[in-house]
Amino acid sequence: MTTTFGLDTFGDVTQDASGTPLTHAQTIRNVVEQGVLADQVGLGFFGIGEHHTPDMPLSAADVVLAAIAARTSSIHLGSAVTVLSSDDPVRVYQRFSTLNAVSGGRAEVILGRGSSVDSFPLFGYDLADYEDLFEEKTHLFAELLKGGPITWQGKTRAALHEQDVVPYTEPFPTWIGVGGSPQSVVRAASYGFSLMLAIIGGHPGRFAPFSELYQHALEKFGRDPLPIGIHSPGHVAPTDEEAREEFWPHYLDMIGRLGKTRGFATPTPESYAHEVGPHGALFVGSPETVAEKMARTMKKLDASRFDLKYGIGGLSHESLMRTIELYGTKVVPLVQDMLA
Amino acid sequence: MKIAVLGAGHVGPVLARLALAAGYEVGIAGSGDPARIEMITEFLAPGAVALPAADAVANADLVVLAIPWHRFPALEPGMFAGKVVVDSMNHWPPAEAPLGTSEEVARRLAGADVVKTLNHVAYQDMEPAGGRAVGVAGDSPDAVRAVAEFLERIGFDPVPVGSLAAGRLLEPGSPLFGVAARRQEFENLVKEQS
Repeated sequence: MTTTFGLDTFGDVTQDASGTPLTHAQTIRNVVEQGVLADQVGLGFFGIGEHHTPDMPLSAADVVLAAIAARTSSIHLGSAVTVLSSDDPVRVYQRFSTLNAVSGGRAEVILGRGSSVDSFPLFGYDLADYEDLFEEKTHLFAELLKGGPITWQGKTRAALHEQDVVPYTEPFPTWIGVGGSPQSVVRAASYGFSLMLAIIGGHPGRFAPFSELYQHALEKFGRDPLPIGIHSPGHVAPTDEEAREEFWPHYLDMIGRLGKTRGFATPTPESYAHEVGPHGALFVGSPETVAEKMARTMKKLDASRFDLKYGIGGLSHESLMRTIELYGTKVVPLVQDMLA
Repeated sequence: MKIAVLGAGHVGPVLARLALAAGYEVGIAGSGDPARIEMITEFLAPGAVALPAADAVANADLVVLAIPWHRFPALEPGMFAGKVVVDSMNHWPPAEAPLGTSEEVARRLAGADVVKTLNHVAYQDMEPAGGRAVGVAGDSPDAVRAVAEFLERIGFDPVPVGSLAAGRLLEPGSPLFGVAARRQEFENLVKEQS
């Protein structure tokens, strides 16, 4: 399978040189610039993860992706992820089908249950229905992708009878983002969606059984092999020291906040050294260090796609632009050599 | 000793693997028909046997609850009578302060000896256990002892923190939640909080 290298962002609010957070509007305009640069340095995918918080204001990713589409020619553009559980599959299909038209067939969708659950109360969904919502809406989305008038009935939205859901465009790749739920792996295989493994902590190698489960399940459902991708956080700078020092205070701040409700251990200098080292999930370092770790992880998980989740609240736009440039011009060619 | 793991999501297969590696016989159950989790079991916890929940529990000396919190009310409480039950669940939606969820579990599973542990460790940090300290809370000293022995055999370092009510120390909002520590540091944190 041909390899593809991409970038994902959650659109974290960046800071200027004096440490002042930028406005939401400026943050969004900067994300457009980042997407354009990703195309210029030859990357294959640029993804935006939907979030709904003041520190991550990219709630309407598809609009931003359309702006990037207008200024680029070859990079694929998608969500990373679309929280399908709290959205309407019909609208998701319409938005990304439209993006597909605007971009000349460059749209992709990564569907997820959402590990940030802010969208549930926002749109009036009950977290107790977490699994059922995703199950039913994934099914509807798969039906919509087949094209043509649709007849569908379920519990989570109004029924559809011989309904045209437009625009009809070329088929676009659909993935399921999986953070650790084996049921989601089997679900991706059963619908014929590609598998995106979100590896954000711990040893990436522990996901190898997920790849095997996915490949076995595809076979069992009588489907052709499909790509396996990896989404992991990282930061690239000219040297390991520089990358690690830049990333650390912001990582500490973010995990410290998230860990309060999710059970992540508060990072220590030792745990950070482990995560950025060969057995951890952070792809932080010089181009050589990051490339070596990416190649090893892709081989281990039989992955043909790697999306580096760059950017973390508190870094500067300039620092993110440097990561994108180094990733596209240095890291990816090195990984391609290592995998060849 | 036989272990039943209820739940084949993020946590269940990880604990099943750890138990299998320590030489336990393991039955694993998802919701409904075991055929639904056979493929998952084969790849993520090879050696474990996928069973209906009632069969897995009936065969087991120790039962691990690794299901989402909002699925707990659907469990049939009668089958747990006389069993040692490990509660590794956390409240959902995520809570910011301790709620005493294991006390709620014990009230519903009257007749079982409920022990709270592992809820404060993220699933991606469980394997390898690596001698990480984990808190253990329960009202039955025998049950706490049995669970501590199980935890030790699968690679953790169990630290008793007191009664089930004291298990609130292990819940979100407490400084012990998510702490990756060795015994000494963990014990110091327990003392500070008690």
